[in-house]
Order: sequence, then C-alpha cells, then structure tokens
Amino acid sequence: MEAQHNITLPEGSIEKTTTTLNFGPTHPATHGVFQNIMEIDGERVVSTEQTVGFIHRAFEKLAERRNLYQITPITDRLNYCSSPINNMGWHIACERFLKVETPKRVDYLRIIIMELARISDHLICNSIVGVDTGAYTGFLYVMQYRELIYEIYEEVCGSRLTTNIGRIGGFERNFTNTAFTKLEKFLNEYPKVLKEFESLFTRNRIFMERTQGTGGISAERAMNYGFTGPNLRAAGVDYDVRVANPYSSYQDLDFTVPVGTTGDNYDRFLVRNAEMWQSISIIRQAYEKVQSFKGADAEIFHADVPEYYLPKKEDVYNNMEALIWHFKIIMGEVNLPKGQIYSPVEGGNGELGFYLISDGGRTPFRLHFRRPCFIYYQAYPELITGGMLSDAVVTMSSLNLIAGELDA
Amino acid sequence: MALNNEIIQSQLEAKFAEQVTSFSTDSGILSFESPASLNLKVIQFLYDELGFTFLTDLCGVNYPENEGGELVVVYHLHNFVENIRCRYSVAVPVQQPDVFTATKIFEAANWMERETYDFFGINFVGHPNLKRILNVDEMDYFPMRKEFPLEDQTRIDKDDEMFGRG
Repeated sequence: MEAQHNITLPEGSIEKTTTTLNFGPTHPATHGVFQNIMEIDGERVVSTEQTVGFIHRAFEKLAERRNLYQITPITDRLNYCSSPINNMGWHIACERFLKVETPKRVDYLRIIIMELARISDHLICNSIVGVDTGAYTGFLYVMQYRELIYEIYEEVCGSRLTTNIGRIGGFERNFTNTAFTKLEKFLNEYPKVLKEFESLFTRNRIFMERTQGTGGISAERAMNYGFTGPNLRAAGVDYDVRVANPYSSYQDLDFTVPVGTTGDNYDRFLVRNAEMWQSISIIRQAYEKVQSFKGADAEIFHADVPEYYLPKKEDVYNNMEALIWHFKIIMGEVNLPKGQIYSPVEGGNGELGFYLISDGGRTPFRLHFRRPCFIYYQAYPELITGGMLSDAVVTMSSLNLIAGELDA
Repeated sequence: MALNNEIIQSQLEAKFAEQVTSFSTDSGILSFESPASLNLKVIQFLYDELGFTFLTDLCGVNYPENEGGELVVVYHLHNFVENIRCRYSVAVPVQQPDVFTATKIFEAANWMERETYDFFGINFVGHPNLKRILNVDEMDYFPMRKEFPLEDQTRIDKDDEMFGRG
C-alpha cells in the first residue's frame, strides 16, 4: 500500500486566528440579497466587506426613456414594503415640478394611504427583528393585520404589493365605501394588536438583552453616514421630512416625532413602534378631515390637470378634447418644462428623494433616486465590528434593509 | 440669524469671489457651481461656516453637449438646524473626469461616489475604495452616459415574436 500523502495547507493557515465566513447573498437570515464576507474570531466579527447590487435593474436609465406616469411602476419596486409612499412621493415630486395644486381631499386621502404603508413597513421590520432574536409568534400574529392593509390598497387601486397607486394630480378613482369600511375595521382592530405585540417584546428580558447595546451609533456618526428616518431618530436626531419640508398637507395634522437616545437595535425597535402609534393617530385625523367634506367636495379625488391626468373613459369616447388629451398622454406627447427639482418625502426607511432634471423633452433628462437604504447600509461594518455574529443578524434586520431600494 | 439663500450666496461670494458662479434658485433650493478643483474647499466652507453638515445626495449627470464639462457631480447638502438645503455642482471634462473625494468630510459620500463612478466613470481622487458597486466588476463601460441610449422602441429589424415585437 502506498504511503499516505501529507495534506499541504496554504501557508499561514495554521497560524491564522480568524475564519472567513461568507454570509449571504441567499441566506435565511439576511432577508434579502445581501452578501457579507466576514472575518470572524470565534463568534466575534473582526471585519466585514459588503457586496451589493445583486438585483440592480437600472431604474435610473430606464426612467430616461419613460414619461412621468410610466415611471410610477418603477418606484413601486424600490422599497416594496411600502410602495404607496414611493408612488405618492413620485407624484408629489412631479406635481411640485409641474406646479400642480392638489385639492385638500386628495392630500388627506394620500396621507391615509401613506401612513398605512408606513405601518405595514414598520410592522414587517419590527416583527422580523423579533424573528431574528428567536420570537416567531409576533411575526405570525401581525401578518394578519398587514393583510388588512393590503386589502385596503386592493380596494383603492386593485393591487397589493407593487401598487402603482394614484396618478399625477390625485387618484385614479374615488375611494369606495368598502375602502372606508375596511379602513374603519383596521383602525378598530389594529391598536389592540399593536399593544399586544409591544407587550410581547418591549419589556421582554431576552429581547432586551439581545437588542440593547448592539448595533448602536452616535448621533454625529449617524448624521455623517447620511442616516435618515427611524434609524437617525433612534440615535436622537429629530429629523423628519414630514415636519421639515411638509408635503401633502401634513402641516394640518398634529403628531409627534419619536426619538431614541443610543441608536441601538432596541431604540430603533422602540422608535418604529412609537411611529406606528403616531401613524394610527394621523390616519384618524386625516379620515376625520376626509369625512368633513360634504356634497360635491366629497367627490373630489384628483386635481384638474388635463395635461397629465387621464380623462374618464366615457369622455374619451364622446368628447373631442378628452380624446386628444388621452392620446397625448398615452403617446407621451406632453413636453415637460425645463428645470430641475429635488423633492423629498419621508419613506419607510427615511428621506426618499427624487432629483429630476428636465431639458424640456418628453421624458426626464436625468432622474436620480435618493434611496435611504443605500446610504445608511454603508455604516453596517461600523455597527457590527466587535460584536457577536448573531447580533450582526439582528442589526441587519433592524436597519430595515430592503434590497430593492438599495440596488435600485 | 436665520439663514436664507441670499445670505448663503453673499457669504460664498465674499469667500470665493468669482470662483463660485451660476447662482440660481430652482423650486426654493439655491444652486451654484465652481471649478472642480475647488470642490473640497467649498464643501468644507459650507460645512464649517454655514452649517451644512448633512450630505443628502450626491449624483452624476452627463451633458454630452457641454464641451469641457460633459460630466457633472451634483451635491445636495442640508443644514438641519436652519432647515435649509443647497445644491452645489462641479463639471469636469469627459477625457479627464477627476474630482476630489468628499469622503473625508462625509462618510456617506463613500458609496455615493462609488455609484457615480460606476455609472458615469467620474474618478474621485483620493477615494479609499473606488470600484464598481452596483454593476459587475467586469463591465468596461459607464452605462449612464448618454452615449448609450436605450433601445429604440420603434425599431423593426428585430424578429422576436415571443415578446410581441414580431
């Protein structure tokens, strides 16, 4: 029998004290396509290198060949946990650019939809933080109530996840009574559920031990890293686009901006929970305002902008002018004014900005999305270095990274 | 002293004289330009003296008709205390698109500059890790430049019945 060959190891591999771990891109704990090549010492993270771009779909390039209304479905696919905010954000950017005034009723209806979207976004994020710390119950429990939100979207626009909701100037149709009934049902049932969800986690010893003091960041570093939204507020900076640059009549409503202190996973969780309570209160106020419209005012669901808002189908068949506008809009024959605009809205993850440059053509000359995820994910190595590998998983989910938004 | 667009403009003019130009206001945001070699000085001045401590956005734009300044880098800065924004841009020629990196001032600029490099090929001098971020590493062109138009939707030379173009 031949002598057994010795195994030759690469030089230095015996002395090596750290292990290289390939975490992702398809891993159950990453909740999205994220790859991290980590250097770990035992269970401590020494360093990490991120790879992103796995689902890059060239949205900015695509947008250069599309009319404004054709870009709305693209925005759906940014943060798909709260597509309506992206859609509305895009419509608001267009309206600001085209100097379209929207009626108050449209603004309030939009607020209702946007805040529902915010709830569904935060709901997923917080319950996933629960899953990653070993508590599956909360996640399964709140899923039913996200379903109620999706049913409202379905009633308003016909679809659930990638909604393409609304048009430039307003909504494609008025809200039905069923939509309002479903909204009332949600408003009645959801607060109790949120209360119970909080009682599962907020003072749960295991959950607190897992999340407090992990993935923390100071306010200065968070600002330097370009954090926005709940992640920045958890670090103690009270910046909210809804307050700083009000859009869609948010200034008419009364709400507070919850802030944390340490910017760690626990504070991010608390801030998101507190924001859901605020959203419920905002929806109630907006719904009250919607109900206060009487007579003809209660039927308004879009602004009067024939250049950008599709006419009713009956009018297209029976009315020359409506037919012309219909044709011009569908064929994209409406020229945009020259100029540029940066229009931000408060998305689920932070400041979602649309930077639109027009050279007077039919499509944007350049459209850039300021995607909050993309910007704050840079800080991830700083958040997890020196911590445990299992905390890195929790940190990733509590940042609420959405691959669609990150990779655009 | 509340900060407004006029004060920003006069402060910049006092500091940089003729170097900072093309002041205009688009939907409430003050825009201005400067030669690319000055970009760090201007950003540092805005950061230190005028309180623009937050980099909201950094992106590239390609103007093929603009000889000598085909590629533009646009910075959106935000002053949280005064709640005011400004837009600053520098233009560089496509043959030598060198811009100093802002990563020493803003950590946030790191990936945004990588993205701008990835799509426009703007070379951020001094960047710690300037490589492609969203596209594959093997790509040898910069896809957001205007020399790469999207497919003409009216083309008829394609026989592609499966996709309804037949």
